[in-house]
Amino acid sequence: MTLLALAAAAIAAYAAVLLHAEDQRLIGALIVLGFGTAAAAAKFGLLSRLGQAGRAHPRLAPLLAVAALIALILVLREDHFALLMIGTTLLYCVACWGLNLQFGRAGVVNFAGAAFFGTGAYTTAVLAAHTALPHWLIVLLAGAVAALLGSLLILPILRTRGHYAALITIAFGILFKTFLEVNDALGGPQGLKLPGFTLFGWNLNDNITVGEQELSFYVAYIALALVLAIFAFLLVRRLEHSWIGLNFDAVRMDELAATTFGINVARWKITAFSIGNFLAGLAGSVQATMLGFIAPNNFTLSDSLIMISIILLGGLGSFWGVPLGAAIVLILPEKLQVIQEYRFLLFALLVVAVLLLRPQGLVPRAQRSFTDRIR
Amino acid sequence: MNALLHCRVLTRRFGGVTALDGLDLSLPRGEILGLIGPNGSGKTTFFNVLTGIYAPSSGHIEFDGRDISACTPQQIYRAGIARTFQRSRLNLELSIFENLMIGNHKRLNSSLWFNLMQRGALAAEVGAAYTEARELMRTFDAPLADRLDEPMAGFTMIDRRRVEVCRALISRPKLLLLDEPSAGMTHEETRALMDDILQARERIADLTIIIVEHEMGVIERITDRCVVLNFGQKIAEGKYREVAQDAKVQEAYLGVESIHEG
Repeated sequence: MTLLALAAAAIAAYAAVLLHAEDQRLIGALIVLGFGTAAAAAKFGLLSRLGQAGRAHPRLAPLLAVAALIALILVLREDHFALLMIGTTLLYCVACWGLNLQFGRAGVVNFAGAAFFGTGAYTTAVLAAHTALPHWLIVLLAGAVAALLGSLLILPILRTRGHYAALITIAFGILFKTFLEVNDALGGPQGLKLPGFTLFGWNLNDNITVGEQELSFYVAYIALALVLAIFAFLLVRRLEHSWIGLNFDAVRMDELAATTFGINVARWKITAFSIGNFLAGLAGSVQATMLGFIAPNNFTLSDSLIMISIILLGGLGSFWGVPLGAAIVLILPEKLQVIQEYRFLLFALLVVAVLLLRPQGLVPRAQRSFTDRIR
Repeated sequence: MNALLHCRVLTRRFGGVTALDGLDLSLPRGEILGLIGPNGSGKTTFFNVLTGIYAPSSGHIEFDGRDISACTPQQIYRAGIARTFQRSRLNLELSIFENLMIGNHKRLNSSLWFNLMQRGALAAEVGAAYTEARELMRTFDAPLADRLDEPMAGFTMIDRRRVEVCRALISRPKLLLLDEPSAGMTHEETRALMDDILQARERIADLTIIIVEHEMGVIERITDRCVVLNFGQKIAEGKYREVAQDAKVQEAYLGVESIHEG
């Protein structure tokens, strides 16, 4: 337990220093230090002990992560840019947990993650501008519309297999961006502006004052993103430790054997695909309100590939791999400007390196322990 | 006597090949039927048609008083037919328990609401299933019953076969289809597995079995009756000893081997 708490504190402190640092040489040194520490910890068995501790106290690790994150947010309370990065990372976690449910669990590849993210974002922009619906409902509707769009796309996917299913999602991703660009009602290539977000009478764009302290307005959005992340985590976690998670595995590993034992392959692929797209849509919705502005260029095939890289880096089907992968893929290039321009090259190299050296990802998926995780 | 399974002129064609050619077969409850014949004679095709993986080109299958010719694999499994595969189709990354539960699908509640929101009831269902899995596994191999949480990849061939048979048995089917259970195992291992199967059968009332097997010792020992297939047609039927003496069978099956040996 102390080990877990120490690790959470160390990661939070490291993240605070890294996110706050401006000097490029310091950032470079910090990144080297981070990777070096992780490699050393792995070498001396510290990571596997950490993993054991996590499995022994399955409820503690998420709580510590939330506590560390809240501490991090409070430390960086006035740093708009750092907070925006944390918020974006959290929302990508939500979307990638969803995509990992599809890809890592049920075996449905989705190269159009950004399109479903974008569906959520555009649904939010349109509904917020043209209707008087309460904003919390709009977020939910954004997820629902993404899931609905996915249920149309799943039809051709179910009729094909392997590479062809992947190609269908790629085509859909490209189509989506083109559709936005030529559609003037949706702002065309210039995109749309969103009004400030109001939750239960509270405008999230107002700066928050606590006593004499002024917090960045991003803190409110991050709180919203955190709520979403906790919801996504619980959902994905509960699915994993249930018969449904097992059905996903059966469908991914051997469709014929699954069919022989009465498991309806199409039903579980549709379930995983819809839940995944729902999460991506929710995340896209909150992302849009946080940025206040969206354009087709935010939802390209490259963005979908970024999501896939996060999943592959972290580990297919892994929970904790997603936040780690998201932090590496999203935060590093923002902080280290040298690699900004070459980031896609860097991601490609990273993914290839991980697939070669550690094919199950940085944080390989843990074995399901049915009996003591449910309740 | 009321038959459990009744196939009438069952035919399955693949392009120009007739893999199963007008097969008539009737199976009383509780019988162990051996299905033998040279490679490519239609034995596995018969299993695949019976379990709904291939639809029959023509003919009818009646199971437990109901026509299942047009049923999906899911419906057929629910009606009470379970099988093992010639080449193991266990999921090696999953534990024994998880593999068994895939076979137990029809008796588990897969609804979203139940699995996500009624965690207490789910935990109770998991607990009950775990106890049951351990008991079934114990009739096969006691040490395996204490290793239910270990991934399948760490087990030997015979243990994997045992788990595969248990995966088919755990849903309490009425008809069990065994597709070459002895493949890849030694004589002693095969003998042990057959003992296990016979022992498990005594605990499941009226379990009917069809076994496809090349190991004639196994067929002779455990079957009540044999059906011999050649080019998708039934060429003989009866007790193993009678069938083995049949001239047509010797020509089609055993005869081919003796010519090779000579």
